[in-house]
Amino acid sequence: MSVRHEPSHEILPTPGFDASRRRFMVLGSGLFLFFMVEPLEVLRAQESRHMPEYPTDFNAYLRIGEDGRVTGFTGKIEMGQGISTSLAQLLAEELDVSVEQVDMVMGDTDLCPWDMGTFGSLSVRAFGPVLRSAGAEARMILLQMAAENLHAPIERLQVHSGLITDSASKKNVSYADLVKGKHIERHLGKVPGKAFSAYSIIGKSTPRKDAFDKVTGKAKYAADMTLPGMLHACILRPPAHGATLKSVDTTAAESIPGVRIIKEGSLVAVLHEHRDVANQALQLVKAQYEPSSSRLDDQNIFDHLVKAAPEPRVVGQTGNLAEGEKLSATIFEQTYFDNYVAHAAMETHSALAHLEDGRMTVWAGTQLPFMLRDKIAHELGVPAEKVRVIPPYVGGGFGGKGTEGPFVEAAQLAKLSGKPVHMIWSREEEFFFDTFRPAAVIKIRAGVNAVGKLVLWDYIIYGGGDREARQFYAIPNERTLAAGGWMTKDPGLHPFAVGAWRAPSNNSNSFGRESLIDTIAAKLRIDPVEFRLQNLTNPRFRRVLETAAEKFGWRPAARPTGHGVGVAIGTDVDSFVATMAEVEVDKSTSRVRVKRILCVQDMGIVVNPEGARQQMEGCMTMGLGYSLSEQIHFRNGEILDRNFSTYEIPRFSWLPRIETVLIDNPNDPPSGGGEPAIITMGAVIANAVFDAVGVRVHQLPVTAARIKEARK
Amino acid sequence: MERLVSFTLNGRPTSINVDDERMLLWVLREDLGLTGTKFGCGQSYCGACTVIVNNEAMRSCSVPIKEVAGKQVLTIEGLSHNGKLHPLQEAFLIHNGFQCGFCTPGMILSAYSLLQKTPHPTPAQIVEHMDDNLCRCGAHVRIIAAIEDAAKNMSGGAQ
Repeated sequence: MSVRHEPSHEILPTPGFDASRRRFMVLGSGLFLFFMVEPLEVLRAQESRHMPEYPTDFNAYLRIGEDGRVTGFTGKIEMGQGISTSLAQLLAEELDVSVEQVDMVMGDTDLCPWDMGTFGSLSVRAFGPVLRSAGAEARMILLQMAAENLHAPIERLQVHSGLITDSASKKNVSYADLVKGKHIERHLGKVPGKAFSAYSIIGKSTPRKDAFDKVTGKAKYAADMTLPGMLHACILRPPAHGATLKSVDTTAAESIPGVRIIKEGSLVAVLHEHRDVANQALQLVKAQYEPSSSRLDDQNIFDHLVKAAPEPRVVGQTGNLAEGEKLSATIFEQTYFDNYVAHAAMETHSALAHLEDGRMTVWAGTQLPFMLRDKIAHELGVPAEKVRVIPPYVGGGFGGKGTEGPFVEAAQLAKLSGKPVHMIWSREEEFFFDTFRPAAVIKIRAGVNAVGKLVLWDYIIYGGGDREARQFYAIPNERTLAAGGWMTKDPGLHPFAVGAWRAPSNNSNSFGRESLIDTIAAKLRIDPVEFRLQNLTNPRFRRVLETAAEKFGWRPAARPTGHGVGVAIGTDVDSFVATMAEVEVDKSTSRVRVKRILCVQDMGIVVNPEGARQQMEGCMTMGLGYSLSEQIHFRNGEILDRNFSTYEIPRFSWLPRIETVLIDNPNDPPSGGGEPAIITMGAVIANAVFDAVGVRVHQLPVTAARIKEARK
Repeated sequence: MERLVSFTLNGRPTSINVDDERMLLWVLREDLGLTGTKFGCGQSYCGACTVIVNNEAMRSCSVPIKEVAGKQVLTIEGLSHNGKLHPLQEAFLIHNGFQCGFCTPGMILSAYSLLQKTPHPTPAQIVEHMDDNLCRCGAHVRIIAAIEDAAKNMSGGAQ
């Protein structure tokens, strides 16, 4: 990957930023093709608060250079999800070059046009089709040039690895030769991409472009950047959310040679040439705080969420709930609870900020480089073009690397100190300022008629959010409400910042829905797969579920059977998943051990099957955490879990046998792959635990203590 | 105490004037410019900072530099020779034993210390040895496959 990692001022030949027109001017020779990576409506639908003026006719482009290399420029970033590879595959496919001939330049706000950010599994889903068209268009332009050059009709030309050959005369010309000394700019027209049957690169597993850097330690993350004269900053933090600084004494810290203290309002920072010395000095700072007024903790939070939630919003409805009540032979009602969980990426938030000649450059591990650029500009009171954000490799995001705070602080300190300032959050800061996945309360009232058909579904989620909150079974009378969530800013609802966490709110919604569906099936003495199929019409759902049953070797039976197997299904980012699990619950300790998980995913056309499987395995492994152990403990604004000693994330010894199945579906366009397989994990484990021991846990994570409590 | 600390780093004699109470992690990263060793938690819980000291995997965030005086220190930067990847690196690359890559240097070095002592580990031995190295992306199954494969390719002991 040719993302520029070193903080040098060497810039690729030549894109530049023209402040007056707020758009890119691309200089130098080669063929440039401009295009939009997402439909304009999608962009406009995003937070308009941060929306700068931007060109409406492109926000990505590709270049074919004099060396014949193809470079894609996009504001998306690589955080482990593998898009530096899958996006290169798309370009390589349409341009008939090898993946090795393609570089992706990603996220640098000076080199790449404006982009809303990397989240929601949008990169291949929304960007993919456009990127392919751009590749196809560029290929067509090159073919036209070659036809002239070789005096041959286009129909006679063949392309292989960027070399165009006249099949009659056998004369050839390369992409490199065609663009040499020329400057050609085009916007995306209407050249269609290849047909699915003609693909030779899309659909083939392709080695990751970031592999070599990552196994050799050469991969640079924001914390690895260095500049001459830079100082490391450690910032004084309150003991609790809501605590305010009363007084501070930095005398002892200042006695350490080389330490600089910066105080600006409530910002108190200790700076030193070495990160560890800055941190030691910080421990010597004496500070007094007005305690937090928050009286919330991880026990009373659920009552609070229901009381403090804003007016519910209708997410969707069909039919009439009263009618549903009338049709119901049996009514089921249940409340489910989900907890705050942390992103806990292995890389803590880090940034290096440098103010030089009136321009601020920030190397930051961010999922949202352009929003960050605008935020920093706003905070510093300078125009956006005076700020450049460069995201090197990001060491895990999961939604958490959208936080702007630490990066803004680094920029502020660089300005105040007059030095390049490096900030690497401690793990304790990470656990304190993380935008946690919100806790949620879900209440469901459902009804089935005399023949086991769902006829009523009345659903509300408090605090969590509405992503895929609406159920997808064929229920004639249904209503889904959502009150507050990870995206809405509801003052006083959550006791600290909350935000997007891999498949935001879908984990909670899927846990509630699939738990109750399972409960109903058990009460009706119907096999839970059979019950779902009885109430599902969507063919893509039916196919993933039927495939899972076949691959898993599902044995139909009314539950519980004592075998410890469970099922859950769901949808996210236009993909469909069915997950089955086998668990063992220790008789004396009630500890859960997951022995096997199988997930079937329909994500339309699969661009990189190997990459897709990695994302599925990652989702399933990470999902073990929120299902079995992860939960942020807190009291009166204080976060009680501050490191991995008490906040337990999945380990090697937790690993079940993990199986991934991708549905062969050439009929639907590629949909998202970074999130779907995590959404079903909570429910599939809770349902398998029910099958094992005959009791249900209605709160995540499914801990031994909660199982014991349910068994009483 | 500021003093000259000498040790062998990636096969090369190294001497550095440094406060000898400082942790190896920060001296490696900041004074010696070897940023392949990562800071993850600062408390020895995660393993991102794992390096090899005299054939033992150590958490460099919690090892004062004075403790490596006179010893052999190996970091991820010292594992490949003349551009040739170590079999473990090769195996991690082939099996995609990483996603974001942040835990990868620590994973590879932790596995290295396992294969030094146990050239042909069983899957259970791999799991036990690697259990305190954390990965958030969920690359675990591939990491295990990579270690098994590397052990086979090294046939007879770590190189």
